[in-house]
Amino acid sequence: MASGIRDKVAIVGMGCSRFGERWNMGADDLMVEAFTEAMADAGVERDRIEAAWLGVFYQEQSTSKSGLPLSMALRLPNVPVTRVENLCATGTEALRGAVYAVASGAVDIALAMGVEKLKDTGFGGLPERAKGTFEDQWQPGFTPPGAFAQLGAAYAARHGLSIDELRRAMAHVSVKSHANALDNPKAHLRTPITSEQVLGAPMVAFPLGVYDCCGVSDGAACAIVTTPEIAASLGKRDHVSVKALQLAPSNGAEMGHASWDGSYTPTTRLAASRAYREAGLTDPASQLGLIEVHDCFSVTELVVMEDLGLSAPGRAPADILNGRYDRDGAIPCQTDGGLKCFGHPVGASGLRMAYEIYTQLLGRAGARQVGAPSLGLSHNLGGIPNRNVASVAIFGLNQF
Amino acid sequence: MTRGISSIAVYVPRRRLSRRAISEALAWRLQSVGGRGERAYGNWDEDALTMAVEAGRAALGGREAVAGVTFASTTHPFLDRSNSGLVAEALALPAQVTTQDAAGSQRAGTSALMALLEGTAPSTLLVAADRRATQPGSVQELNYGDGAAAVVVDGQAELAEYLGGYSENIDFVDHYRQAGERHDYALEDRWVRTEAWGPFVRRAVAALLAKTSVAAPAITRVVLTAPRATAEPLIRTLGLTNATLVDGLHDRVGDTGVAHPLLMLAGALDEAMPGEVILVIGFGQGIDALLLRVSDSAPQRRTGRVLSGALARGLTDHAYVRFLSHGGALALDWGMRAERDMRTAHSVHYRKRAALNGFVGGRCTACDTVQFPAAPACVNPECRAFAPQTPIRLVDLPATVKTYTEDWLAFTPSPPLVYGNVAFEGGGNAFIEFADVDPGEVSVGAAVMFVFRIKDIDHARGFHRYFWKATLRRS
Repeated sequence: MASGIRDKVAIVGMGCSRFGERWNMGADDLMVEAFTEAMADAGVERDRIEAAWLGVFYQEQSTSKSGLPLSMALRLPNVPVTRVENLCATGTEALRGAVYAVASGAVDIALAMGVEKLKDTGFGGLPERAKGTFEDQWQPGFTPPGAFAQLGAAYAARHGLSIDELRRAMAHVSVKSHANALDNPKAHLRTPITSEQVLGAPMVAFPLGVYDCCGVSDGAACAIVTTPEIAASLGKRDHVSVKALQLAPSNGAEMGHASWDGSYTPTTRLAASRAYREAGLTDPASQLGLIEVHDCFSVTELVVMEDLGLSAPGRAPADILNGRYDRDGAIPCQTDGGLKCFGHPVGASGLRMAYEIYTQLLGRAGARQVGAPSLGLSHNLGGIPNRNVASVAIFGLNQF
Repeated sequence: MTRGISSIAVYVPRRRLSRRAISEALAWRLQSVGGRGERAYGNWDEDALTMAVEAGRAALGGREAVAGVTFASTTHPFLDRSNSGLVAEALALPAQVTTQDAAGSQRAGTSALMALLEGTAPSTLLVAADRRATQPGSVQELNYGDGAAAVVVDGQAELAEYLGGYSENIDFVDHYRQAGERHDYALEDRWVRTEAWGPFVRRAVAALLAKTSVAAPAITRVVLTAPRATAEPLIRTLGLTNATLVDGLHDRVGDTGVAHPLLMLAGALDEAMPGEVILVIGFGQGIDALLLRVSDSAPQRRTGRVLSGALARGLTDHAYVRFLSHGGALALDWGMRAERDMRTAHSVHYRKRAALNGFVGGRCTACDTVQFPAAPACVNPECRAFAPQTPIRLVDLPATVKTYTEDWLAFTPSPPLVYGNVAFEGGGNAFIEFADVDPGEVSVGAAVMFVFRIKDIDHARGFHRYFWKATLRRS
């Protein structure tokens, strides 16, 4: 009987580049920036890394295929490098690979790196991409905001809200993340905004305006993972332990079956329930000290609060407006600014979330520190609501 | 054996450009601003083929028994790929139907109709459609319109019985469009009126009446696509003492080219009483003349709203620049997103063509769940069986909007790109683009229907690829 991943692997070092429009940095530079910080944090030599996982989504834009871009950028000692891609859950997927490698006993120390270099497209927003030789011939030529905007119409219809009521709660999501990012020197967007600005902004994809959309950023984040025993031998008395790492991809039901009404993300619900079980959480709303969720768009964050079981069905708008997920609320969310303001270099985002949880658990978050949390959760929703990959990871502070 | 027409339908695109909008845009080069009425024009995702499919669908009205499809047009999107074959697949007709593209003249529709009426094929669908590009500022821009018409020709003649036809071939070049050219080159209308319309029609009608032994006063309606100023005096010279000119639709639609005689015939058949005789003239490098007698069963077989219904679905438009852009006459800047490669994997299209051309999904033989696209394993989370799926055509199933957005970021030649998830009655869901909807029109739960449209235009390789889109079911 499998026992899950809980407490089998420790994170001993993490690094994260500054996110943003890094016009003078390539993917290799960004990976080195993140890696340098992680090495210093972990206190291990580069050549002790025995295997690495590279997460990158837009290979055409950011790097190229394979694990080579990581191996070459860091001049690793020819150790195995696996390139992974799982939409916006790519960074978490890279971490999962490294963590599983350590847990299996195959290696002692592994590296997970996520990177994306988006600002070489020549235009705003995410790059255009083909959806496949068949899908391109029938699926709409959607954009990410348009695909996620669908949640808004469906959520409002299901819960009897007007779009205007929904948009007011969505606006608070963005205002909160902008406020949080002011205390994050690595964040892409560090300007305060008001609800009036959000609601008055030009429409990108109804009902999402410009301020309902996250930043499109360059950046890299990485983690060095090992066994709890080796972590101790490195002098890490208190260390961040992986409590759960779950992934739930769609199997087509959302897009193709009537059982889904478009107002929520079933995969998030599945990944969350598995992760809570794996981590041994019985009352996540009271146990989690902070969360980082996939706020690619404000409406995503809103519906995900219910999918994670943190808001009761239909209650997310009220909870959001009441400050439940503000930095001083019951469950601080996006304390670093989230995808919205820290930025969203796709392949790096899962590891960037882990980085914030790690930083907060170790009490290193400075002006944005939220007390002394012992458990944090990260969530990704890759793809689009009707066809996605959800990931939920839970990290905890193991004190000795 | 009695031969005739058993069904007729038309398709006119939704937008009708006010001629005044054209003349106002061109006021700086005109002596006076004016222009009466409006002309129909297709959306960016419509061409002669998509319009033909819509007219053909309506004419078939669910009957699948036709043995052939003929598609007449001078603006077939493909010079070398069977346009009628694609129409037949879009209509989900059996592979055994014969297909024929008719082209080359404004007379292509009436000539094809006459050939079918004089033939022996048990039942054939004739569709005629044109979307003629016009040079901005030209007379043709004012006078032309986009549209399609379709008839089912068979031995039942439920709407009208064929009495006979007469045809002459004459290389009279009133206008032409050489291969590879976008626009027509038209000659002086006075010459065409006096040297062609007048003598050709008089000669053809005389010969036809003699051939069919029909007396001139028996004819009650005349379909003549000539400008009214030409047509009115002309029919007075024919001795048709009881005939009226069928509305040429200049004020509502414009001249739809190959489709136009059939479009006008639809208007006549909406109203004519059993026993009335209708003269249909086709003109273009010669002349076709056909006589049809309205069948006794016509009143039971028709709605009487074929043409008026299509006219009523129009939306007056004053956006001349949109008209130019949708018609390809003006290349607007669509930004870098429009540079996305639209290459079609034709091997994929071939193996998935039932889904793509005919919007055919699958019904799981284990649990009956309808799904699109059909797949090896059932999409129902309670089933997921690797069970065979029986083909099911989704085109005519009632459906409603589940989710939607109006996307101003995505590339489309007609922003915003509207798309969403739709749910079919009785199960089945599809993620699909919407056509012909304006911002603010779509809502969750709204009833939709499906139309065959251009999905993408591959400018790099010169290719229209097609798929079905949802549009609002407007009352």
